[in-house]
This record gives sequence, C-alpha cells and structure tokens, in this order.
Amino acid sequence: MNAIETKDLTKRYKDKTAVDKLCLTVREGELYGLLGVNGAGKSTTIKMLSTLTRPTGGSARVLGFDIVKEAGKVKELINVSPQETAVAAKLSVRENLEFTAKIYGSGGAEARERAQSMLERLDMTETARQKAGTLSGGWQRRLSIAMALISNPRLLFLDEPTLGLDVLARRELWSVIEKLKGDVTIILTTHYLEEAEALCDRIGIMARARLKAEGTAAELKELADTDDFEEAFIRIAEGSK
Amino acid sequence: MRTAVFASRNTKEILRDPATLIFGLGFPLVLMVLLSAINAAIPKEAGMKLFEISNLAPGLSVFGLSFFSLFSSMLIAKDRTSSFMLRLFTSPMKPHDFILGYTLPMLPMAVAQSAVCYAAAMIYGLPFNAGVIAALFVNLPIAAVFIALGLLFGSVLSEKAVGGICGALLTNLSAWFSNIWFDTSLIGGWFKTLTDVLPFSHAVNAARAAASGSFGDIFPDLWWVIGYAAVLLAAAVIVFNIRIKKS
Repeated sequence: MNAIETKDLTKRYKDKTAVDKLCLTVREGELYGLLGVNGAGKSTTIKMLSTLTRPTGGSARVLGFDIVKEAGKVKELINVSPQETAVAAKLSVRENLEFTAKIYGSGGAEARERAQSMLERLDMTETARQKAGTLSGGWQRRLSIAMALISNPRLLFLDEPTLGLDVLARRELWSVIEKLKGDVTIILTTHYLEEAEALCDRIGIMARARLKAEGTAAELKELADTDDFEEAFIRIAEGSK
Repeated sequence: MRTAVFASRNTKEILRDPATLIFGLGFPLVLMVLLSAINAAIPKEAGMKLFEISNLAPGLSVFGLSFFSLFSSMLIAKDRTSSFMLRLFTSPMKPHDFILGYTLPMLPMAVAQSAVCYAAAMIYGLPFNAGVIAALFVNLPIAAVFIALGLLFGSVLSEKAVGGICGALLTNLSAWFSNIWFDTSLIGGWFKTLTDVLPFSHAVNAARAAASGSFGDIFPDLWWVIGYAAVLLAAAVIVFNIRIKKS
C-alpha cells in the first residue's frame, strides 16, 4: 500500500501558486526526502498532506484516506515534528511525552508506558525529569521527534529536523532517524543535501511549486549527469536538467 | 478527555511560571499591606472608608484577577506563534478542546487566588463568614471577563504585544475604572460614565456586597458583569476559531 498518493495536488493563494499539480507517490516504510530551495513548495505540500491547509485543486490520499474528506482519520494516523521547537517549555521531558500520548487517545497507564519506552528508544532517560525549555537545541529536537513518534504514527513528517544544529547534534539526530527507517514511513524536508543523500530511500526535488524530479540519490545524480549530489540538485532545481 | 489533558498542561505551564506568583498573588498582597498601612495612618475623623479592609479586600480580589488576562494571553500567544500549536493542529484535537482547555483551568485558579486574598485580609480584621465564601464565587464572572480578554488578545497579538496590552494597559484601566483606589464619582463627567459602563466597578460592587453579607445588593451589578462575560467569551471563541482556520 502507498502511504501517500497525490494527483495534481495544487495550492493557490491570491496571486501565487505555492504547489502546482503535484503528483507524488510514497510507499509505506519509505524514507522520502523532499528537497527544494526556499519557496519551492515543500512546506505547503507538508501542510496539505498533514491536513493543516486545504488544497485548492487536485486530490491526495494519505494511508488510503482523503486529506480533505477524511481529515480526522488522517490526523489519527500521522504525526508531525515541526521545523521549529514544538515542545511545552515548562513541562518535563516525560510530561511532554505523556501529554502527546494522551492527546492521541492513550489512557494514563498506557501513556506512562509509551513515554518510558520512547525515553529508552531515543536515549532520553537521563533527561526525563528535566524541563523541556532548559534542554539544548539538539535535545529539544530529539524530544520533538519523540513526541511525534509516541502516537505510533504510520506516517511521520520531519520538517527540517536538524536545522540550526551543530554537526555533532545533527549526526546524533541522523542516527535517531536511521533507527526509524522501515518502522514508519517518513517524509523528511531538509536544506542539507548531504542529509538527504545519507538518509533517504528516495528524494523528490521541488522548484517553483513543481516536482522537478524524483528518485534515489544515485538516480538523480545520473539524471543530472554528475557525481556530486549538490551539483545534481542545482542542475535539476534550475531546470537545466 | 483531550480537553482535560490540554487543560492540565495549561495549568502546569501557568503555575510553573514565576510571574504567576509575582503578579497573581504577590502584587495584590503587597498592595494590601501598603494600603492597609496608609489606612491606619488616616485619622478616623477624615471618614475615609475606601481603604478599610471590608472595601479593600473585595477590590483587591477583583484587581488580582485582571492578571489572568496576562497569563492566558501570554500562554496562547506563545503557543500560537511557536510550532507547538502547529503540532496540536495536526493532532485529533478539536477547536472546543483548545477553547475549553485554555479557559477552564483559569476558573479554579481564580477562586484560589481570591481565597488567598481574603485569607490575607483576615489578618487585617476581615471577619470570616458566608459572605466571604459567596464573594469567591461572585468573582467568577469578572474572572471570565479577564480570561476572555486574554483569549481574545492572545489570539490576535504577539507574545510581546500582549505583555504590554494585558500586562500594563488592561490592568491599569481595570484598576482606574473600578472604584478600588478612588471614588470615581469625585471625578465625575466622562470618567464616571465610563466607569459605570465598563464591568470593573460593577464587579467590585458585587464583591463588596457579597463579602459584607448584603446579598440582596449583589445584583444588578453582577448581571452587568455576567453580560460582559457572555459577550466577551462568545467573541473570544469566534476570533479564536477564525485564527485556527487561518493558521
């Protein structure tokens, strides 16, 4: 089964087309990278697929459910780790996790169990009692991902998960994301091309509201006739390939 | 269930903020100490009754509630302008979970805050009676007014802006037009008219009536406040829903 299927998915604002006739298929269990320069349409695509904003044209099904007509069903099956820090600052790490589990319908005992399991899975046991607002940027992102995972989503959106992190924190998060591969379908948006190349099964490159090309990193390099992924991205995004 | 979970989170966020204790409890209590000291220094022949504890305590209990606009608006604005709200919007939470989750935890906090204020007033000689208990609940409509204003401002303004609007402007305005610090009829004119139109002095009058055991005098002042609370809560719900859809 495909996790995501879009057909001519479009989002138009008054004087701007943010996403233009996007046709995208993401298989279940896949880690799909969505790349593009600022304003390419990545965030709007994520917002539509996560039911935050309605498309103005076309259609999309997430895990078999229509994102407009069955938005409630979609919300129960997905979770999002937003671009910026999205944690409750004055709640402890454990409280943040339990809070999110309960929002998705877990009872008290189940929420506690899931929080403990997530703390262990993401190596966060030592910070369990620490207030989220006092964590470093890297640990806040880690918590944010843990909060997104605690509902056992079948589809996880990771929007720029390593933006602004130092190299070590970024590499630590890479290993966290790598551990998730296969268990859950992941849509990853990032500006770091090496991140996409290292982590993603397939990559889609968006430019000027359209999907310009998609494939594995190797396929995209071949398409752009270069050995360098950054160069391939530039050639595809600029439309020279 | 989700409403209760969200309300619990909001309660923790507010109570763990030192500003809640400083402004919500500390400031009104400090004012009580200062104004009681001033009252003690005023000769009885002057006939100045405004700062007598039976008048001061109900007034301060209402003034203390004005900070709830600050607490609720700051929390909502912070959530709204951060990605935390974005996260919640993609969850199965419904608009009523947000509105009730932000509003409901404030009401018991308002009762508790008024209770602390009246308990402190007893040190200065306020007798404990049924009137004091009644006054705690008579304060609920004005608490709802302040919470609704917080929801309104928090829905449309940035965290920085609500600090100024709800923290400085609203608390001052609600104090000036309340008959707590001075009798606005002495100023008269438009100032007195505005005082009569706004809900703050009516809330203080109702609280004073309740605290003194003059239960028959609680209304019609309290109707005035209940009317404001109903209209502002409705407006807050509409504006918040519009903002959710826009977000």
